[in-house]
Amino acid sequence: MAAIDPGEYSTEDLALMREDTSGLADLEGPEAGEVAGHGGLVRQILRVFAENKLAVVGAVMLLLIILFCVLGPVFYHTNQTNAQNALLYSTPTLPPGAAHPLGTDESGFDVLGRLMYGGQTSLEIGYAAAALATVVGVLWGAISGFFGGVVDAVMMRIVDIFLSFPLLFLLITLTVIFHASVGLLILVIGFVAWLVPARLVRGETLTLRVREYVQAVRVMGGKNSRVVLRHIVPNAVGTIVVNATFQVADAILYLAALGFLGLGVPAPRTDWGSMLSNGIAYVAGGYWWLIYPAAVLIVLTVISLNFIGDALRDALEVRLQRR
Amino acid sequence: MLYYFIRRVLQGIVVLAGVTLFIFVLSRVVPGGAARGALGARATPGQIASFNKINGYDLPILDQLWFFVKGLVLHFNLGYSYKNNQPVAALIAGRLPKTLVLVGISTVFALVVAVPLGIFQTVRRYKPEDYVFTGVSFLLYAMPSFLIGLLLLLYFAVDLKWFPIAAPSATTVGGILADPRALVLPVLTLAAITIASFSRYMRSSMMDVLTQDYIRTARAKGVSGRTVLFRHALRNALIPIVTLLGLSIPGIVGGAVITETVFNYPGMGLLTYNAALNLDVPLLLGTTFVAAIATIVGNFVADVLYAVVDPRIRYGKR
Repeated sequence: MAAIDPGEYSTEDLALMREDTSGLADLEGPEAGEVAGHGGLVRQILRVFAENKLAVVGAVMLLLIILFCVLGPVFYHTNQTNAQNALLYSTPTLPPGAAHPLGTDESGFDVLGRLMYGGQTSLEIGYAAAALATVVGVLWGAISGFFGGVVDAVMMRIVDIFLSFPLLFLLITLTVIFHASVGLLILVIGFVAWLVPARLVRGETLTLRVREYVQAVRVMGGKNSRVVLRHIVPNAVGTIVVNATFQVADAILYLAALGFLGLGVPAPRTDWGSMLSNGIAYVAGGYWWLIYPAAVLIVLTVISLNFIGDALRDALEVRLQRR
Repeated sequence: MLYYFIRRVLQGIVVLAGVTLFIFVLSRVVPGGAARGALGARATPGQIASFNKINGYDLPILDQLWFFVKGLVLHFNLGYSYKNNQPVAALIAGRLPKTLVLVGISTVFALVVAVPLGIFQTVRRYKPEDYVFTGVSFLLYAMPSFLIGLLLLLYFAVDLKWFPIAAPSATTVGGILADPRALVLPVLTLAAITIASFSRYMRSSMMDVLTQDYIRTARAKGVSGRTVLFRHALRNALIPIVTLLGLSIPGIVGGAVITETVFNYPGMGLLTYNAALNLDVPLLLGTTFVAAIATIVGNFVADVLYAVVDPRIRYGKR
């Protein structure tokens, strides 16, 4: 899990991520004189899914996984919170059978039910952290790029400073200092993840703020906040949406890494990474159901998100070329 | 070029100062304070007061910052690990070379595999081989790195017994290099995701370059396909890879924590993991600081290299 998975970005994105973007003056930005309506973007995205089979596969898989985690427990009742009852009424590390389709784990919890329960946490933290990182990163980048000068220099140096920390080290340190809980994990993962969208959006803003329609709004006396929120951010929405998709995937992988290091959500809650981590001690003994189901779910979720993100990126780049 | 270089050095210093400040802030916001962390939950107020006095925690915050920076610059004082009863700098100094060996070998290995793989995929683009490698990259991307390490360990060490289960445990770098078989799996684990991303990037970079006008000109002149690929295209396609290398350093260093934990490799990553288990905040801050410095230095080298290989920056007005 790379801190910045570079393969996810195109050459232009990578250039934008470098701190020095002066070579990008001739880079083609969106030419929309007016904000593309939301209907436009939604239709655009729908067309992507109609044209791209992998994106459809990704979206369907992701939907099934979300339904499995959220609606699964409604139909499949299991005890996932009372450790005492789990030990009293079931046998630990029971192989898959009629009573427990995927067996039980080392504490006696039903593994199938636990996958749903842990998946809720993984998805919740993944989406919330990505949302947090995207909102903070987008505002930070847009403000920095819009005002330029000293503001830009200071804000971007702050981004540089935090990007200098290998994110996993920062995650571990913050989690240990402030003690893991679901809320804290969202904050911490969001805190390490907002830097890349900040750089990307700042790069886009640099090309957008000199456009005539932005100039026009300012000449007409539009407030800065209006220019940033109504004209710059919506026109960078392609970059933002694509990045946000990858952010969710990254956040789920970061959470899994923290779970592996024993810093995942505290008991009685669990997440897929913590489940994997607990199962590792048993896997050499042939207890495959303790790790493979959780591993497969993590991989499928991340692959689905990457498929969707790639398709969106292709489509939104195509849009830029067509106009 | 000189202007670019000086500007880049100054920027590095600013970032370094910011990193130091952030580490300082973190070291002071530990809930309960550093004294609780060092003396335990049952320390009396008197003990805490005397600890604070001895260590200067009762001084005004700016004085504390001054002593922190002075100790860091003059003596490389990173604090004291009360859990290990050793200075943090000494603990890290013993482990850092081993991590650098692991990270260095993995990065070189990743480049050696990924660049030819990317070229191969470009040559065979949209053919089954290309799709297979793209698929494998996608899979590696989506796997938590500890899972890759674990699967390699289970298959190649436990089942096939090709490699030892434990990583090299020698205390010196020489001792670790003397046992290359034990290094294979940790290096593969750490390199796997890097290879996936580098090869995908190399592929798209080559494809970008191949659409350029000068490639068509070279073809039109009758230059052979092989020469166009390796003389004209490859050199330009490699330029973004240098940037990519710089951007990947934090990821690779962070990945070392996972890899070293999976294989019990006695480097700085394992030290960090153990510090997290022991709630040893001074040691954690120390390894985080050192990892950040490694990243800053690595990024700096990559940026300078980038300027060297890309004339547009070398001769630019920057």
